[in-house]
Amino acid sequence: MFAEAFSIAFQFADVFAFLILAAAGLAIIFGMMGIINMAHGEFITCGIYVTVIAVQHGVPLPLAQALGAVSAGLVGIALERTIIRHLYHRPLDSILATWGISLMVTQGMLIVLGSSWQGIGTPLGSFKVGDYTFSAYRLVLFGAAVGVLAGLYLIFMRTGYGVMARATMQNAAMAKALGVRTERMYAISFGLGAALAGLCGALYAPTMTLIPTMGITFIIESFVTVVVGGANVLLGTAPAGILLAIVRTALNAWYGQIAGQIGLLITVIIVIRILPEGVSGWLSRRER
Amino acid sequence: MATEPVLEVADLCAAYGRTPVLRGVDMTIAKGEIVSLIGRNGVGKTTTMRCLIGLLPATSGQIVFLGQSITELPADERARLGIGYIPQGRQVFPRMTVEENIAVSLLASPGKDRRLTDLVYQYFPILKQRRRQSAGTLSGGEQQQLAIGRALVGNPRLMLLDEPSEGIQPSIVDMICEVLKSVRDQLGTTILFVEQNLDTILAISERCYVIDKGAVVAEIGRDRLRTPEVVRHHLLI
Ligand SMILES: Nc1ncnc2c1ncn2[C@@H]1O[C@H](COP(=O)(O)OP(=O)(O)OP(=O)(O)O)[C@@H](O)[C@H]1O
Ligand SMILES: [Mg+2]
Repeated sequence: MFAEAFSIAFQFADVFAFLILAAAGLAIIFGMMGIINMAHGEFITCGIYVTVIAVQHGVPLPLAQALGAVSAGLVGIALERTIIRHLYHRPLDSILATWGISLMVTQGMLIVLGSSWQGIGTPLGSFKVGDYTFSAYRLVLFGAAVGVLAGLYLIFMRTGYGVMARATMQNAAMAKALGVRTERMYAISFGLGAALAGLCGALYAPTMTLIPTMGITFIIESFVTVVVGGANVLLGTAPAGILLAIVRTALNAWYGQIAGQIGLLITVIIVIRILPEGVSGWLSRRER
Repeated sequence: MATEPVLEVADLCAAYGRTPVLRGVDMTIAKGEIVSLIGRNGVGKTTTMRCLIGLLPATSGQIVFLGQSITELPADERARLGIGYIPQGRQVFPRMTVEENIAVSLLASPGKDRRLTDLVYQYFPILKQRRRQSAGTLSGGEQQQLAIGRALVGNPRLMLLDEPSEGIQPSIVDMICEVLKSVRDQLGTTILFVEQNLDTILAISERCYVIDKGAVVAEIGRDRLRTPEVVRHHLLI
């Protein structure tokens, strides 16, 4: 009985971690700058490859993962400075541009890196509860997801950057008129979003087989979570993650993986009908 | 009264798209002056202010602030040089607390002088009481005090206020006028404000520019400002 309950909780935690880690970077870039980053999957891929290459060169895994996140962040800042910043007032063009980047990167990687790579294997082994076996690394992933949420809360609520970034998000012209370097806020936010995508890839790198298009694995979950959560990372992403993880875990348990996936999409359709601005839009309207 | 100009505006023109709105605004404001800018609805008062802070580019003309041309500078640089902007409609950050609204401006300023926050709370005690409340839930008068306090913590040498009395009860307007006078007296801040309310204009301005159809058409000096009829006439031209 306990073992079954633990197994369900474990699966919930696993799905929740995947949703949060996959979505956090996308949510920040969308919430801060109103940009739908179609190249989100490529930032994740960047995190994966950097981690794998570093590990294969003898770098310890945690350090390799940090490297993966940081490199994705730096690529993000470079991209923001060169391309994205020209598209702030053109949301449709920013979708096209990031999509174009995504296509070029995926094809480029197929050519340069070849179609498949040796994985690096999941660390930490497994443990048993009752008759069930669990991967210990999945607990690390859950811890990381909670850590990302807590970290984002601290960054946006407790740091100078966070206060100025939220002001920029609410009224960019006014923030600028008060002396806030809004361009820098955007560059940092885009970099942070890209770094979180990279972190997602870095964390999941040991669990997957490597192919250049594997960024796609995360795309559905990340977009679904951001659509359900709405534009506010702090108010929206965590509740969306919980809601979707419940739906998915239940459907997975009773009807299998495919039903879980379909359930996510149906939940999104229902949420958009009832709460067009997502969970965070609804919560912040109630607050007022 | 010192005569060193804080702000010199020469033949300033600006447009929204292809529609010209400002067609030659000229003003000179000395250090420590309190000057009002008056005119009927839609003549370009707000546009002038947005142009001065840099939210709208000038199509031609010059803006010189403390001896330096700022015509080409972006708004955030102008603010950091010492221009505080209090827009029409206040534009506080609604989903941030009073305290955070003030912090935005403090953190963005080059001086980051935290004592200014205490000074603001002295001027506007209600803001201290409500410092944890989100700004969107404040009354209009409280939001106006916040907008002024928020600009003040940036330690501006020049404050631009766009209709500070709009939609606010007379007793609060009086209080705000008193604060603006003490700011000038204690900190030496120069003040330019747009106003349509005759009492407010007469209460604090020492000089007055009249704008019509996007150009400054008259200047009312200290002496003539004592006669309300002159001002009223210009508000109704
Ligand atoms: N964003 C805009 N786009 C196009 N035209 C604008 C815009 N803002 C203002 N205008 C036009 O510019 C002119 C001047 O507007 P402005 O807001 O400066 O007037 P104002 O003197 O401040 O008026 P009020 O007393 O009503 O505040 C008006 O004719 C207005 O319609
Ligand atoms: Mg106006």
